Amino acid sequence: MKEFRADLHIHSCLSPCAGLDMSPRNIVSEAKRKGLQMIGICDHNSAENVPAVEKNAAREGITVIGGMEVTTREEVHILALFGTHESLFSLQEIVYENLHGTNDEKLYGEQVVVDEEENVLGFSDKLLIGATEITIEQLVALIHERDGLAIAAHVDREGFGIVGQLGFIPEGLLLDALELADPSKRDSIRQAKPLPFISSSDAHKLEDVGRRSTKFWMETADTVEIRRCLSGMEGRRMRI
Amino acid sequence: MKTLQDIADALKLAVSTGGDLLSCRTVTGGYAGDMLSDVLAHARKGQVWVTLQTHTNIVAVASGKELCGIIVVNGRTPEAATLQKAEQEHIPILVSPLSSYDVVARLCELGVTNREGV
Repeated sequence: MKEFRADLHIHSCLSPCAGLDMSPRNIVSEAKRKGLQMIGICDHNSAENVPAVEKNAAREGITVIGGMEVTTREEVHILALFGTHESLFSLQEIVYENLHGTNDEKLYGEQVVVDEEENVLGFSDKLLIGATEITIEQLVALIHERDGLAIAAHVDREGFGIVGQLGFIPEGLLLDALELADPSKRDSIRQAKPLPFISSSDAHKLEDVGRRSTKFWMETADTVEIRRCLSGMEGRRMRI
Repeated sequence: MKTLQDIADALKLAVSTGGDLLSCRTVTGGYAGDMLSDVLAHARKGQVWVTLQTHTNIVAVASGKELCGIIVVNGRTPEAATLQKAEQEHIPILVSPLSSYDVVARLCELGVTNREGV
């Protein structure tokens, strides 16, 4: 088994609330500096900067897991991580169909779509900070239909965390893992059925990349192997 | 003291489930909130709960806190699973096209408040 240090929840300059210096190139060089082997790019309700991060990361030998941080109808943040562009962008299409409103850059910030050379391709005018009309159960099903991982984001935070919004983790919700902003809070999360924990930075600023991470011991750096790690399959394991 | 039926009539609420329970549910007060963790912490027994959440967890919260019923605002449609659970747990769910702000204002006019001993 190989060891991979992963920060699976990083925003890029596409998220209105993230720094404009969160460009694909900067994210990758910061990840390299912090000793990460895997990074997840999860902008709010969009994945448009994933390809540019991937191209930069490939040169540095860092694996990118393409994802999104989707806001459900209940205003719960769920990380959706995928192994293929096809899966990722087909979910993005559904998210866009269920996301209403137009961004106001003055109020919420700019939503910059860039290429791997940091050329600005455009500005998303969608209200990425908003909530979709997709229920949490529907979202988890849509992610699983596409072989993705559904991870409840920052469950230890009140705002937009599943426990804060819904009081407790709904019975029968087929999440793959729970993400902690602070790994020391793991015992404070009450669960009917224990789910594995990951920890990640939720970085909106460059210096926060890799501030939290999860170590995976697995064969290859991909979502299939992460899923195996989460269930401790065949000697694979993980630690936060 | 008002019953849920009085409130449903006065606010012209649509009954999603639990219509047969309304006249025997006495409303001791009200609470409004969309973060269920907050409602778990602060709502009190017998109160009617005003929220825009429609997830099945609202039934568990209302049942656990012994709330007399739920008013869903903004004309949102509760999920089928929520209505089914509400029926099992005997939690009436009523829907208003109005916002939380206006529903709460109307409730206060009817004397349904969050203050103790009212």
